[in-house]
Amino acid sequence: MSTPTTSNAIESGPPHVHHMDAPTAYHAAKLGMWLFLATEVLLFGGLFTAFALYRYVYFAEFQAASVNLDWRMGALNTAFLIFSSFTAALAMDAAQHGDNAKVRRNILITLACGVVFLVVKYFEYKGKVAYGLFPYGVKGFENFLFVGALCLAIGASGVVIFTHNAKLKIPTILASIALVVAFYFLKGSIATISFDLANLFPFGHAHHPETKMVFNSPEFNTAYKSYFGLYYCMTGLHALHVILGMGILFWVYLKALNNRFSANYYTPVELGALYWHLVDLIWIYLFPLLYLVG
Amino acid sequence: MSHSETHAEGTNYLNCQKGIWSWMTTLDHKRIALMYLFTLTFFFFVGGLSALVVRTELFAAGAQFLTPKQYNNFFTIHGVVMVFLFIVPGIPAIMGNFLLPLMIGAKDVAFPRLNLLSYYIYIIGAVMALISLVPINTLPFISQGFSDWLVNTAGLGGPVDTGWTFYAPYSLAKSGTQSAVIWMTGAAFVLGFSSILTGLNFIVTVHKLRAPGMTWGRLPVFVWATYATAIIQTLATPVVGISLLLVIMERVFGVGIFDPTLGGDPILYSHLFWFYSHPVVYIMVLPAFGVIGEIIPVFSRKPIFGYKMVCGATFGIALIGFVVWAHHMFTSIGDTAAYVFSFLTFFVAVPTAVKVFNWVSTMYKGSISFNTPMLYAMSFVFLFMIAGTTGIYLATLAVDVFYHDTYFVVAHFHYTMQGGAVIGLIAALHFWFPKMTGKMYNETISKLTFVLVMIGFNLTFLPQFVLGMKGMPRRYFDYTGLEHFDLLQTLHATSTVGAYINALGYFLALINLLYFFWFGKTKAPANPFNSLSLEWQTQSPPIHENFAETPIVTDWTYGYGTKKDA
Repeated sequence: MSTPTTSNAIESGPPHVHHMDAPTAYHAAKLGMWLFLATEVLLFGGLFTAFALYRYVYFAEFQAASVNLDWRMGALNTAFLIFSSFTAALAMDAAQHGDNAKVRRNILITLACGVVFLVVKYFEYKGKVAYGLFPYGVKGFENFLFVGALCLAIGASGVVIFTHNAKLKIPTILASIALVVAFYFLKGSIATISFDLANLFPFGHAHHPETKMVFNSPEFNTAYKSYFGLYYCMTGLHALHVILGMGILFWVYLKALNNRFSANYYTPVELGALYWHLVDLIWIYLFPLLYLVG
Repeated sequence: MSHSETHAEGTNYLNCQKGIWSWMTTLDHKRIALMYLFTLTFFFFVGGLSALVVRTELFAAGAQFLTPKQYNNFFTIHGVVMVFLFIVPGIPAIMGNFLLPLMIGAKDVAFPRLNLLSYYIYIIGAVMALISLVPINTLPFISQGFSDWLVNTAGLGGPVDTGWTFYAPYSLAKSGTQSAVIWMTGAAFVLGFSSILTGLNFIVTVHKLRAPGMTWGRLPVFVWATYATAIIQTLATPVVGISLLLVIMERVFGVGIFDPTLGGDPILYSHLFWFYSHPVVYIMVLPAFGVIGEIIPVFSRKPIFGYKMVCGATFGIALIGFVVWAHHMFTSIGDTAAYVFSFLTFFVAVPTAVKVFNWVSTMYKGSISFNTPMLYAMSFVFLFMIAGTTGIYLATLAVDVFYHDTYFVVAHFHYTMQGGAVIGLIAALHFWFPKMTGKMYNETISKLTFVLVMIGFNLTFLPQFVLGMKGMPRRYFDYTGLEHFDLLQTLHATSTVGAYINALGYFLALINLLYFFWFGKTKAPANPFNSLSLEWQTQSPPIHENFAETPIVTDWTYGYGTKKDA
């Protein structure tokens, strides 16, 4: 059925480098990323299905519970994420023109927006904890923070180690260890300081004394538990994706630091930006569902 | 390694690099396929042994040597290991990895590094599953406080007994013995990632790396089957991922999604779980369909009958497979929904029957030779017909009300899973053995193991249909005092004897293939079975880069019995 030709002799050795030409590699990577994004949408699809079901079953309770979310904080985060999607797109445009300095600038702005998003999210969660809306209380929240810091540290160290970036390797690992150690010893006082702040300004928590709920009290019924369960799962999984997206963009930043991008090669920037847009898109659905529809 | 060494005489993918490290870091799809093969074979025997334990316990009524709790542990281990660690990755990860690039004339899959990563993610998942089995808290030198911490916080209370489905609210039970559910579900979640990445890799490979002239209309049916499987892997797995993740969240953080005492709905878990786990049975069996579609034309010396219908039916099954999940909850969904899902389930039988008719028509008036792969392929058609027709019984609402959760269901899905997926895999291993290893296996021993497997398998599972019809519920530890007790006793004993014969058959097949892999004297020619497919046109075993020159394809794969087939 086939006739061998000599036109396309194999050049590469065992590591399988260059087993396809650059344009094919680019299109393959893009197709792969789109498929991966489809799996991410389906992952969140299960949560959206659960939310739709319980909102239908416990309509009144979901309405009452959603009053506890501060739509202004959600709106602030939405604005930051949409803006960061814009800068991610700018980074990609810059990469296509081979302007590595502009790539770095825009990625840094995108990363900064991601940090702001997480900080705002942190104040929102903390508000919930302070008002007794977290099943495991203050202690559980502190442990949560510690695990989060640990993940962040391992992630950042992993990225620099795998990209063989000699310049950033030691500083990033040291910063990661410092972050974990600081969190471990200071997690109590960090929580205390921020709870004091929370009492001064009700950041991140819509203050409605007449509807005040406490998670483990008898009158806190199962429907509220479902609402807050879904709230923590959906926003928590999304926050995890924000952190992952930041990791990917950090990796792109390291490549831009070595001036790797040109009009012929900008695949990582494009894929990183695609992923970041997905993170943004999921939040655009989460925000109205959780904060606005009520 | 330099260019000239790669092409030296006698060099192939097995010996082009040496040492364990060259295997562990290999990016070669053929080597990764072999690593999967050995790992999965190990878990196949782990799952198989736990099945034997269960069957031995059921040999006679009353307690034999297990407690009811241990019995539940063993059927859970059997289910989880066989489903998540063996059959789901099974044919795609072993045969798909080995054959897909060869069949389309590519040098490797689209993302070789991702391919290796999938393997290691699989290993992480496998290790997590094994950790969940160890009751670390029962070790003698562990203090009571530490033991409590291990059970309640670290989730290391020994093997779970939820069954492989992790149904809520049972999987959410707070008792210490159930604490390893987080490890088991976590393992299934991680293994799902491996599955997604493999599927994603295959889709991109088929789209982007076909050799010149290898048009979609010329792809071998195995490639079509693997491609359809990859789509299901990619689109269905994330949903079970999130449902298992929610079980973990619910256990660890007490959020109320599935637990009725926290406001959740256990039926929602069943919906989300089966939305994946029904399509997953097509992940298990579609690649086996592809294998059979390759073997039958070769040994019948006839073009595959109805090529377009075979490939179309593959996609028909994949598509309809996504909309039948609620037939696992016939008794807990509304009447209208039950009718709709019953109808859709019947509908799966149409493309499946199309495939069976095509295989039989391919054999019709062919010059058939009964080599071992062909024997397995023909028995596959026979066994899968039983599996399919008994599936029709279960799709029928009125009958399912009586048959659900009985041994009838157990027999039905073992005919699809073992009679389908496992037999398909063994057929593939024999058929492509010369290509993978460069050696020939012994036909006589292989035919003997085939006979043992067939007798054992049917002896195990045919009686279980009758058991189910006589009302024997599945997952029961003991059947003392049930109606038709004497009959149940006889059938259970028969089934257990069958299971031992079946196990002996698989064990001999393993020894046979391993022996001829390592000690076989007969060197395999490039194309011992006279196939026209691309993978047979390169040397056996193939060189590291698969083909010395990229092949140019001018015709489809199935020109048997025509002028080209000389």
